[in-house]
Amino acid sequence: MSLLDHKFGQGGIVVSQLEDVLNWARLSSLFPMSFGLACCAIEMMQTFASGYDLDRFGVIPRPSPRQSDVMIIAGTVTFKMADRIRRLYEQMPEPRYVISMGSCSNCGGPYWEHGYHVVKGVDRIVPVDIYVPGCPPRPEALIGGFLKLQEKIRKETLVAPKAVERFLSNHKSDQVI
Amino acid sequence: MTYSFQDIKEAIQIQFSADVIVAENTAFMQPQLTVTKGSLKDICFFLRDDARFFFDQLSCLTALDNGVEKNTLEIIYHLYSIPFNLFFILKVETERGDGKEALPEIPSITDVWRTADWHEREAFDMYGIKFAGHPDLRRILLPADWEGYPLRKDYTEQEFYHGIKVAY
Amino acid sequence: MSTQILKHTYNPTDLQNSEPLVFDPGNLKRGEIIINMGPQHPSTHGVLRLEIVTDGEIVKDVIPHMGYLHRCYEKHAEKLPYNQIIPFVDRMDYLAAMNSEHAYAMGVERMLGIDKDIPKRVEYIRVLVAELNRLSSHFVAIGTYGLDVGAFTPFLWVMRDREHINRLLEWVSGARMLYNYIWVGGLFYDLPVGFEERCRDFITYLKPKLVELQKVIIDNKIFIERTAHIGVLPLDLAINYGITGPMLRGSGLKFDLRKVDAYSVYPEIDFDIPVGTGAMGTQGDCWDRTHVRVAECFESVKIIEQCIEQLLGNHKRTREFDPQAIVPKKIRPKVMDFYARAENPKGELGFFFRTTGNTDVPFRCKVRAPSFVNLSVLQAISKNVMIADLVAILGSFDIVMGEIDR
Repeated sequence: MSLLDHKFGQGGIVVSQLEDVLNWARLSSLFPMSFGLACCAIEMMQTFASGYDLDRFGVIPRPSPRQSDVMIIAGTVTFKMADRIRRLYEQMPEPRYVISMGSCSNCGGPYWEHGYHVVKGVDRIVPVDIYVPGCPPRPEALIGGFLKLQEKIRKETLVAPKAVERFLSNHKSDQVI
Repeated sequence: MTYSFQDIKEAIQIQFSADVIVAENTAFMQPQLTVTKGSLKDICFFLRDDARFFFDQLSCLTALDNGVEKNTLEIIYHLYSIPFNLFFILKVETERGDGKEALPEIPSITDVWRTADWHEREAFDMYGIKFAGHPDLRRILLPADWEGYPLRKDYTEQEFYHGIKVAY
Repeated sequence: MSTQILKHTYNPTDLQNSEPLVFDPGNLKRGEIIINMGPQHPSTHGVLRLEIVTDGEIVKDVIPHMGYLHRCYEKHAEKLPYNQIIPFVDRMDYLAAMNSEHAYAMGVERMLGIDKDIPKRVEYIRVLVAELNRLSSHFVAIGTYGLDVGAFTPFLWVMRDREHINRLLEWVSGARMLYNYIWVGGLFYDLPVGFEERCRDFITYLKPKLVELQKVIIDNKIFIERTAHIGVLPLDLAINYGITGPMLRGSGLKFDLRKVDAYSVYPEIDFDIPVGTGAMGTQGDCWDRTHVRVAECFESVKIIEQCIEQLLGNHKRTREFDPQAIVPKKIRPKVMDFYARAENPKGELGFFFRTTGNTDVPFRCKVRAPSFVNLSVLQAISKNVMIADLVAILGSFDIVMGEIDR
């Protein structure tokens, strides 16, 4: 990305934009909070393990929300769990991202019709950045989700353009991303 | 020697009087015996402690709703004896109540088999059946402030729960 | 950015309202605190909440709260036809999906009366995939138990071997974890060509790995110190609480439904039932239960070898073999109440059906989940242990929240 790969002369001097450096640092060391709820958690565990290693992307699971960047909601979200998910989301420090893994957290999944206790999609509770489809998604799909998140972070900007500022002041949304 | 369903039923009739038995159903592959609510606990103690049968394991406790027209709720107990490899099925019937204030009551058999503890809590949670004598009757799977008893046939979902829409 | 404006507002008192504490904080003795090992925790094996009353290290009482994964299986089972319920059956015990499907299909077949007509090849394939899934489930149990007590390496080894099993089962059924393969009356597909040989190669590869697993965790001195004499479950307490499966066998009772009920083709297969004897501590402690699981892995390997022999010998594949031959077009059992049970890796999985005889939707389908019953004994055997021991005890139960909450 930009001039981050180019060194100038001797002494390892790199010239780049501040945004690129920050984005590069953030996307190369995403620490997810291990938040496995149901069957997708097992596929998430399988992705962290040696076969489809996620550590090579800089992804290490952290047990606490206070030390993590991204929350992977893997599994079915129920009403009893909904308030706890919101509380954990509020405990994460910014910049924070949410990956919704599996069809249960995308849209309610197979339980959409008669599931009275299933929240039909975790985006009714927390704002989601990436949706990974599948039931359960293959480990490659989850890795694809991470790569897509990295692309999204790469495009982030520190300075909000004027149009975005106007938009944010007009709309009263409770989350600013 | 292995005891059949009729042998066990006769033993119950001899031990208690014949009018504890409300009905029996031998047409099914697995015959069942319907007993009165009041005699349930004593029959369970008898079956568990009798040296011929020794039903030491409660395999399953199921509650069932027969719908608004028939207006009955049933609870089915599956008993299994590990040493003698015997099966026995007991059944208790009661009226439904309206699912809000008037809830049916059944004696609890937690003292006989501790398995029944959580199974009865689940029956209370899903059907709204009160168990008299249960040490800790509260909802187990649903949140404590959930409205309604979901597995009843006339259950409708609530619209919002804590501000989240319930339906799809 | 999500386009939908969120309406849900977070209100901290909602948490207390939806699952209140059982202990009254006013009743605590001096020096005691209530700790919440909440639904999000690395070592609660899913979304289980433990309310622990402790003086800081010694646990005075523990109460499990569950229901954070209640997915309304029983409501779905009252609205869908018998064959469409099978994906939901998978998702309850998601680690041993083939075993759950096997139990369900067996129950419905017995109700229909077609259980004697199932071809032998189908039965052998069912047992083969069920035992592969038993291996897979025990691997997760042992691996995550190692993580709980602090051993990271067995977890990675076990995940590597589990990856091989996942790929084999993906070759058979199309999915890595939730298969929808065992149908009522048969199977979805036949085994792919070359599967038996690949499976045999896998078993040859796996046997030394099982011996390695035994050495690295079960016979490991640190593991023994962590788990021997901890969480002793006496046999009479176990039976009264309705415990089944490796937990019951760890307390000394040689009781396995594959031998007692003799369902499917298990009577024709020669295997042993390992029992806990208190070799490293007391009979019925955590070490015994884990030892039973590893020994069952060895037995499963034996069963798989015998199945492969039969599938390459007496019940070879033929061109005319159709695994869906006996699958009924309309599943409409007569009116009855029926309880069917089978031996899952976690214990006795039972399905209770009530049918009305004139529709292909069950009137009631209740699941007797082994983990639900096994977890109820936690409060009784963890008095006066340390918090780290509580984690070790919970790990030895091998619970799956999908089954507990259904």
